[in-house]
Amino acid sequence: MTAKTITITSGKGGVGKTTATANLAVSLASMGQKVTCIDGDIGLRNLDVVLGLENRIVYDLVDVVEERCRIRQAMIRDKRFEELYLIPAAQTRDKNAVSPTDMIKLANDLRDEMDWIIIDSPAGIERGFRNAIAPADEVIVVTNPDVSAVRDADRIIGIIEAEQKGPAKLIINRVNPQMIQRGDMMNADDVLELLAIKLIGVIPEDEHVIVSTNLGKPVALDEKSKAGEAFRNIARRFMGDEVPMMNLEYKDDIFHRLSKVFRTGGE
Amino acid sequence: MPGTRFPIKGFKEGLLIKLGDGSWNEVQANLLEQIEERLEFFQGAKIAVDVDERIVRAAEMGAMRDMLSDRGVHLFAVISKSNVTDSVAETLGLSTHQTILREKDSTVRNMLAGGENAILIRKTLRSGASIKYPGHVLVEGDVNPGAEILASGSIYIWGKLRGSAYAGIEGSENEVICALDFYPAQLRIANIVKEYPKLKIKIQKSRNHAQKANLFAGEIRVSNWDDQNLLK
Repeated sequence: MTAKTITITSGKGGVGKTTATANLAVSLASMGQKVTCIDGDIGLRNLDVVLGLENRIVYDLVDVVEERCRIRQAMIRDKRFEELYLIPAAQTRDKNAVSPTDMIKLANDLRDEMDWIIIDSPAGIERGFRNAIAPADEVIVVTNPDVSAVRDADRIIGIIEAEQKGPAKLIINRVNPQMIQRGDMMNADDVLELLAIKLIGVIPEDEHVIVSTNLGKPVALDEKSKAGEAFRNIARRFMGDEVPMMNLEYKDDIFHRLSKVFRTGGE
Repeated sequence: MPGTRFPIKGFKEGLLIKLGDGSWNEVQANLLEQIEERLEFFQGAKIAVDVDERIVRAAEMGAMRDMLSDRGVHLFAVISKSNVTDSVAETLGLSTHQTILREKDSTVRNMLAGGENAILIRKTLRSGASIKYPGHVLVEGDVNPGAEILASGSIYIWGKLRGSAYAGIEGSENEVICALDFYPAQLRIANIVKEYPKLKIKIQKSRNHAQKANLFAGEIRVSNWDDQNLLK
């Protein structure tokens, strides 16, 4: 098998790239896929924390690139799965420690042993971003349904196209159906009207995400979490399964409140 | 190799520096040294770099622009023979050989017969893109918020206008701005500016009436394309 390399980026910081990387990796691994994720955010690493693997770091990406260790030594195996690995970022170096060519070589070295290589890109459009997209077969842009995030997403989609890594695909993260219904938040159509790329997933705002990050247990492992379910659906779409988008409409009218009463046998 | 000094030519828009061969890092280091040697001369200068056939990536171009800016020099254009490099430059809001105002153009006269230039752009202009052209600009695609078009002639957009459009930037007041879906951030025709209220997050989808902006009585007037008043 040769791995498909996917880079998750956004332009704007804090929209959910690392959460998406961790949860997609975990979802694919739980379907029996062989996955390595790579934290491209040198200097500000946090993919290790989201996966709960921070206490097991011995070697990191820069050690591999500078040949102080073999790739396998830097790959931390997530014991929850058959074959899920993390190559963490270095904390004490900067983005210039790694070059796009280094990243391409790294992905090539892993390609024959893996089904998926998922790279968590740092925010911005500079060296770290370029490193992260260099080996990508596909680039996924994560955005939030707000004007500022969408503006940055538009910019980065343009840059991805100019770098010949397009067309990018889109995940809209942190969707709040109540706010959409009130007219305070953009819905998916409003975002797509501007960004005009293929949408591969919509993730609802979900408190479980913060709780799970603190615990190092990605939310895709939580059956009760809607965000987790949405991430698992995206992973299924990667595998070719045509899962319909989750219905995130917030219905607060009399009919729905009544139907909830009947379904749960009364409040 | 170190110590190389690149030839500099002055023209109306600024200075044109032709970069030589070698690795991008070497060339960039040479350029920065060259500027540092005559810092006072380069202070506040606007420069275009000619990279010939070289392919320059977004981060490289962006980093060079920042490093030049740290030394008080404004990089405004990249002249190249590569479509990839041109595309990267446009995405970063830099001018390219197609869009740079030419040396001889001091004023562009509105001629009815021959001599009018136009450029056709067949893609959506995303946030950060900037197109500047000494003539008319036609876009087959959208102009997204954060993108801008500066034309000495008129601007015609076969798509949505959500960014900024400046027509008649050299002073010609007869220019127009047209779009199929008209909700710009800012319009300018010659010296007159019109700001628009912030775009609502719920885009009005039903407004599919093509519109045209022109100067009338010292103001920018926007009318539907089939408005009878336009005939006056």
